[in-house]
Amino acid sequence: MHTILANTQLAPNVVRLDVVAPRIAEIRRAGQFVIVRKGRGAERIPLTIADADPARGGITLVIQAVGKSTRELAALRPGEAIQDIAGPLGQPTELLERGHAVCVGGGVGTAVVHPIAQSLRARGVRVTSIIGGRAKEWVIFEAELRALGAVIVCTDDGSYGRPGFVTQALADVLADGAVDAVYAVGPVPMMRAVAELTRPSGVPTIVSLNPVMVDGTGMCGGCRVTVGGETKFACVDGPEFDGHQVDFAELADRLGTYRLFEREALERHEGPCKIGLEQ
Amino acid sequence: MSNDLTPKERMAIDRQHMPEQDAGARRRTFTEVNLGFTEQLALLEARRCLLCKSPKCISGCPVLVDIPRFINFLAAGNLPAAAESLLSDNALPAVTGRVCPQETQCEEVCVRGVKGAPVAVGYLERYVADWARAHGVGAEQPSAPPSGKRAAVIGSGPAGLTAAGELVKYGHDVTVYEAFHTPGGVLVYGIPEFRLPKQIVEDEVERLKARGVKIECNVIIGKTYTLRELRERFDAVFIAVGAGLPVFMNVPGENLKGVYSANEYLTRTNLMAAYAFPEVDTPILTGKRVAVVGGGNVAMDAVRTAKRLGADEATIVYRRGKKELPARIEEIHHAEEEGIRFEFLVAPVEVVGNAEGWVTGLTCLRMALGEPDDSGRRRPVPVPGSEFVIACDIVIVAIGTRANPLLTGSTPELKLNKWGNIEADERGATSIPGVYAGGDIVRGAATVILAMGDGKTAARAIDAYLRGS
Ligand SMILES: Cc1cc2nc3c(=O)[nH]c(=O)nc-3n(C[C@H](O)[C@H](O)[C@H](O)COP(=O)(O)OP(=O)(O)OC[C@H]3O[C@@H](n4cnc5c(N)ncnc54)[C@H](O)[C@@H]3O)c2cc1C
Ligand code: FES
Repeated sequence: MHTILANTQLAPNVVRLDVVAPRIAEIRRAGQFVIVRKGRGAERIPLTIADADPARGGITLVIQAVGKSTRELAALRPGEAIQDIAGPLGQPTELLERGHAVCVGGGVGTAVVHPIAQSLRARGVRVTSIIGGRAKEWVIFEAELRALGAVIVCTDDGSYGRPGFVTQALADVLADGAVDAVYAVGPVPMMRAVAELTRPSGVPTIVSLNPVMVDGTGMCGGCRVTVGGETKFACVDGPEFDGHQVDFAELADRLGTYRLFEREALERHEGPCKIGLEQ
Repeated sequence: MSNDLTPKERMAIDRQHMPEQDAGARRRTFTEVNLGFTEQLALLEARRCLLCKSPKCISGCPVLVDIPRFINFLAAGNLPAAAESLLSDNALPAVTGRVCPQETQCEEVCVRGVKGAPVAVGYLERYVADWARAHGVGAEQPSAPPSGKRAAVIGSGPAGLTAAGELVKYGHDVTVYEAFHTPGGVLVYGIPEFRLPKQIVEDEVERLKARGVKIECNVIIGKTYTLRELRERFDAVFIAVGAGLPVFMNVPGENLKGVYSANEYLTRTNLMAAYAFPEVDTPILTGKRVAVVGGGNVAMDAVRTAKRLGADEATIVYRRGKKELPARIEEIHHAEEEGIRFEFLVAPVEVVGNAEGWVTGLTCLRMALGEPDDSGRRRPVPVPGSEFVIACDIVIVAIGTRANPLLTGSTPELKLNKWGNIEADERGATSIPGVYAGGDIVRGAATVILAMGDGKTAARAIDAYLRGS
């Protein structure tokens, strides 16, 4: 059992859960994730470890409550518990040794890019973060990232920071030169756009993929993605890959495998009328 | 009751049939197909055993169960003695009685098979084991006094559970680490309920816990802890992580939506109970037409599961002929009864899909049998121009599994063979002192009984190692 230490609302439908998992807190590295199962009958879902506090034995998970399972996790109150947390899984981020890295985060992806920025900073790499959201209230982890270097905030509606997409801001930073690597985490279209932007100059671009997973240990193959023409299991070979090699179209397509099921589960959970109200 | 029949009287008894659920009714349910012998059937079948002076069946059993002994007790109506005899040779008879390929082991060499049908050893084993479970026999085996030594077992499949049970009996302090949230290995995530009720495995796990075995789930050795760390914290380690890495066909279209590895398909259904969606949260795609590639137990389990999940047409696609199917004979028979279609001598070359990325069919080539290969079986060769498409919306790939490098890859000093399996000697000892291994991670995908045998052998070797002899 993993007790919830804190539940903090970061943005509409986005919460930060601090939860007890001492061993994982102690050894996790940037880029790694856990598989969480709330309790009996619940799904196993992969969540990136956004931060950890080994002294307190806690890890931080950032959850976008989009489906039934994530809504149930997001609703957990301090003192309540998650039954199963397995990890840390996946390969740690390949970190730049020195120089200047740009960390691009879109939506909850910003939470995932945060530990990468942290680790880069810790080894003396200069970090510029470009983070985006639909509007001001969707921008998360800004203060945490400011503590690590320059931050450019972009909002789609211009309600905060620069108006427009993170890619536009990234184009400007790249134009200024001296970028040694780009780490991009966010929705698939965003990661794809970032990879396309850096492709001509060949700046190494690492993306973190979020395919459907079951075990997270390489035994089901449900998480397979095509990278450089080869099938890889994101849970063990990734989740981070060379963005210039990833078949994003296939990833986006496979992510739709259970869309109808997700809708059904949610409707049952919330009741059709409530969903109607939210829209 | 006594068991003194003349050989002639014994020979006059025909092999008894296993009562089973009606094929029509069971197609849509996951409850167990075989219902088990009644007492009367069991006694009759037991009396068919000729109690040979030098019985062949024992050597046909990978763990050398003294088969005539327990059958003799059973035939005499002494079930407590039959149960005790069986359980002292085999820790999980309720499992092996259901899943062992008896037709290639004990029953293959039974002399009664020379003229007619062999004694139904598997059914009798199951009967005695179920009786023992129902009567709580075998639950309380005495353990040796505490040795003060600690052993770690990695993986809770049949190899790991058997080793844990033996080690605790020897008086050692045992902790089992399991990657999944539920212990049992293939017995819970792979083999479906309609063949092996999960309750049997759950009871066994509870029994081990009651005897002091600690089971820690959600711990992945190679990730949560390294093997080296375990080696430091424990006096000995037994690795029983199975061979869980799915092999794909490597043909175009394999990443379309609707293509599953058998591992994923079965894990979703068995471990995650996806058949009960939306009562549970894990979904599974259900298709009207399902093609399963492969011919082993895994393929049979997948295709029969597909039928139960609502497929109108569920087809086995196998590149050799019916004779070569590696699955247990009973599974093939049950599959046929349940209306499974078989396409023999067929090899997939491509998964085809529609514009939205969903599977619509499996393109295959017909095969002919050519020269014998290394295994002595005639190698299938493609017939030129024989391409055809099996229309389907789900494709399940069940062509085998390999060693998962998660643990082994993080431990360079652990010697592996060229397939990535751990090298271990006949006692299970690996290249690292105090580290033993057994089951599928050593043998490659094999059987439950061999895994259990390895667990028992290694436990004995570990005990000797811990006692310094
Ligand atoms: C669908 C299916 C049907 C089968 N049918 C039959 C049958 O009818 N008869 C028969 O005899 N055999 C059958 N087999 C084969 C049989 O199940 C295996 O040979 C047997 O289970 C192997 O046992 P094991 O203990 O070595 O490994 P497994 O049962 O595979 O157990 C290994 C366990 O280790 C865990 N693990 C893996 N890696 C780690 C790690 N790094 N850290 C911690 N834990 C880890 C796994 O999660 C798993 O629980 C079947 C197999 C499958 C898949
Ligand atoms: S999640 Fe099962 S192999 Fe990656």
